[in-house]
Amino acid sequence: MHGRPRKPLKQEDTAALSAKAEHLRSLQSHFLANHHNRVYTKEALDVNAKLVESNPEWQTCWNYRKLAVQHFLSAASDSDSDVKSILDQELRVVENALRKNYKSYGAWHHRKWVLSKGHSSIDNELRLLDAFQKQDPRNFHAWNYRRFVTALMKRSDEDELKYTEEVIGANFSNYSAWHNRSILLSNLLQRKAEGYFPKENVLEEEYELVHNALFTDPDDQSGWFYHLWLIDQTVKTDAPLLVSSWPSHGSTINLQRNKCLFGSGSSVLNCTLSNIGKFPVILYFSQAVEGINSSTVTVKSDVLNVDVVWKPLSTNNSNTSQVWVTYLNIGNMELQLSKTYPLEISLGHSQGIVSSSGYHFGHPTQIAFKLCILTAHREPAEGEGEKMTSWDDHHFRAVEHFQESESILTTDQLTSENDHNQPTSNWSVETIVKEIAEFRDLLSESDCKLGKLTLARLLSALDSLSSKHAKKMAHADEVLQLYDDLMLLDPIHSLYYKDKRSLTLLHQITSTRESLLPYCHYYEGATKTIADYVCVRLQNLSLSRIGCAENLLWVQMLDLSHNELQSIEGLEAMQLLSCLNLSHNKFGSFTALGPLRFLQSLKVLNISNNEIGSHSIDTRRYLCSSPLSHTEEFAWDRFEILAGSFNATKFWEAFLIFDSLNLTELDIKGNAVDDENFKLFLVKVLPTLKWLDGGELS
Amino acid sequence: MGGELATDKHVLYILSVEKRKDDFESVAMEHLRMNGAYWGLTALDLMGKLDTVDVDEVVSWVLSCQHESGGFGGNVGHDPHLLYTLSAVQVLALFHKLDVIDVDKVTNYIVSLQNEDGSFSGDIWGEVDTRFSYIAICCLSILRRLDKINVEKAVKYIISCKNMDGGFGCTPGGESHAGQIFCCVGALAITGSLDLVDKDLLGWWLCERQVKSGGLNGRPEKLPDVCYSWWVLSSLIMIDRVHWISKEKLVKFILDCQDTENGGISDRPDDAVDVFHTYFGVAGLSLLEYPGLKPIDPAYALPVDVVNQIFFSK
Ligand SMILES: [Zn+2]
Repeated sequence: MHGRPRKPLKQEDTAALSAKAEHLRSLQSHFLANHHNRVYTKEALDVNAKLVESNPEWQTCWNYRKLAVQHFLSAASDSDSDVKSILDQELRVVENALRKNYKSYGAWHHRKWVLSKGHSSIDNELRLLDAFQKQDPRNFHAWNYRRFVTALMKRSDEDELKYTEEVIGANFSNYSAWHNRSILLSNLLQRKAEGYFPKENVLEEEYELVHNALFTDPDDQSGWFYHLWLIDQTVKTDAPLLVSSWPSHGSTINLQRNKCLFGSGSSVLNCTLSNIGKFPVILYFSQAVEGINSSTVTVKSDVLNVDVVWKPLSTNNSNTSQVWVTYLNIGNMELQLSKTYPLEISLGHSQGIVSSSGYHFGHPTQIAFKLCILTAHREPAEGEGEKMTSWDDHHFRAVEHFQESESILTTDQLTSENDHNQPTSNWSVETIVKEIAEFRDLLSESDCKLGKLTLARLLSALDSLSSKHAKKMAHADEVLQLYDDLMLLDPIHSLYYKDKRSLTLLHQITSTRESLLPYCHYYEGATKTIADYVCVRLQNLSLSRIGCAENLLWVQMLDLSHNELQSIEGLEAMQLLSCLNLSHNKFGSFTALGPLRFLQSLKVLNISNNEIGSHSIDTRRYLCSSPLSHTEEFAWDRFEILAGSFNATKFWEAFLIFDSLNLTELDIKGNAVDDENFKLFLVKVLPTLKWLDGGELS
Repeated sequence: MGGELATDKHVLYILSVEKRKDDFESVAMEHLRMNGAYWGLTALDLMGKLDTVDVDEVVSWVLSCQHESGGFGGNVGHDPHLLYTLSAVQVLALFHKLDVIDVDKVTNYIVSLQNEDGSFSGDIWGEVDTRFSYIAICCLSILRRLDKINVEKAVKYIISCKNMDGGFGCTPGGESHAGQIFCCVGALAITGSLDLVDKDLLGWWLCERQVKSGGLNGRPEKLPDVCYSWWVLSSLIMIDRVHWISKEKLVKFILDCQDTENGGISDRPDDAVDVFHTYFGVAGLSLLEYPGLKPIDPAYALPVDVVNQIFFSK
């Protein structure tokens, strides 16, 4: 099926081919008759042997041979030589078939099956493999078989590592060999084999080896992924850490008498939290973890005496998540005015919090914060909360002074737990600095894509290693420039670089109080009496992807309009979010809004002027929980009560998303999906809705 | 060469292959006729021409390939194997004829092939491969019987085949390969486990499969091939990273591989066409939202309307 030229057959070829076809056909029927009648004569086996050579992918042929072997073995004497000669015959047939087609799954498996009987010598196998691997050094069947044979022979990982070095030495452009090297080295590092611990020395040699490949031909991809893997090995910390939390350590959360909250970066918006009388605590980890529960995380408080239930914010079935949340029920607490109530959350004092790769959370961490009940509160006047949210510029006023921002942003909010983080290893930083120098060198000679991309990644890695101490992204401007260059240099992958650029930009913006301040604005739309309405406005930044939610956990009002977003993965961490503007982006489906389902406080959503309904292929289909991925049952009963007259196969996505939300305002105009029929459906599914597409519902 | 999709020619080509049973090519492909039926019929459905086929004839032929064990063979009288069992179930799903089989019997066959470590054998002879994990999971999900296997262990085994490049191999330690990645990502998608995929790393590896001509290869430093339009694209779509490649250039590459005279699509421009690459070319174009084609589901490899009908009707 591969690599045959397209040309009309000549007369004589047609004749020859049809003779061949007839011959093959008669072999096939002869063989099938033998197979069905369990005929294992020498003649029958010869017919089969001819077939496995011309049709090595026909499983039934190999099955027949296995049955024949079993038949002979049961009849053979117990003498080892009888058994051996039966099996050796099989090895010969396989070898012939492989010489015809060494990409045959069936042939390789038959060989494994014969060898697993344990009567044949395996010494020959490496020699046979050498021949195949010379013929095609990238053949993955041969490499798989090599791993099988070396395991059977108990050949050491060290010896195999040397073999990959030989193969790479002969020709560095062999991705298969680099791959196998990463497997072997991972094993050796993981079990801390002699000479492979600590990993520092080992990795240094690996860098040198891969530099030879990369710098000889930077366009050859063989070493790219190995180098990226080495960088990862250099900078990663195995144990999960707490990256940030809400409330943050040392903060004071001011609650109004009617229990809505503001201060310390939160603003009063629609009093959503008071409506449910619940107060979120968000834990944001450096990687997905499991095992967050009331025994691994303790909440100490004089006023709160209930068991808390932690929930992972994820749509998968594995019960692991990078972000966990609990809602403390303050609705039934007896809180007095003007009094502060300390709360303390401790985690990591007992084992049980584990990353998906099996590492334990190892840094006992405390988050202490205070709840304060304020008296200065005015009940909203009649109808005041009933105003529609406006995202127009003139409703926003810049936050101009740091003084003023003190109540909005405290340094603690941006990350907590600085003192709890492991000291960054000097070796990691030095290695990355050295690599940066190497790649700057490479770039001084040629303007290659790999050089720029790797340099961008290295600089970002260096910034994140250093940011554990100083929260600055010192190299962000250079990284942004590199991604800009790459978009021009490698246009077919330009959106990859754009996504990376967006993440870098958001990192830069959210890294410090000073950098975030220009994006913070007072919202003066709903009520002028409270000055703490803060909106983070990140519109018109060409963002194609969001990130850094860990730095924005406190945000209640967010404007991401006029960007190029098609997903909001990660936004689910922002549990306080109440108003969200996603208009004028590139969202292509309702499933792209999946993360919103976790936002209990969300009231106002603007998704106008997107591409919902314009695409036949949905790229978020399997990243949103649904019956397709067995992450959720379809709520037939609810669907039928609410929207029985509508077609489920057509509206299931919208139903999944909106049924779990309590929106009061929704703007969806400017999307292909938004017709009258659909609006009727929305009004049924969202009974709390007061405004739709800018119009008040009666 | 190039231009637009020669839909009518491809439909005729697919129908004609069925009739040329005595060609050498057809005889040599006898053993995977069930796969061939799935490729050809799905391509026809995507092009809106499934009604040109005699449903009863196909269904009764499919049933004649089923064994007492519940599994299906690649052709009448051939041994059963997971490879053909999935194709048989998919073909029946295309025609909304899943009710003609004894679902529990097929389910039991698949369930019997799960191993202690969560992996799946392709048949009773014990070849293990993550391809078979995908087949088992996809097939059981279509039959609404996924709860009959140990999903947690199945997922764990697939994850044990994950590599440093974010991709997946046949067995632990096996090199990443686009076809294998499709199987593993597809199985993880269907079991709600895509959080275990390193989407940015794998997405970068996958998007770097696009070469200058616009075509996609299956592994680094290999030639592009139309069949990877499916394996790579569907994987990129499932992890929402398909915008990292140039869709326009890939569309052009696939169209350049058409035989505009006699119909059919080949692996590379000017090579001989076959049903396998015709299906993958058409399915790839469907994933690229090529006008006039029905959309295909990236995980179940069936038209979206067929899949939605299974999961969203009572
Ligand atoms: Zn191909």
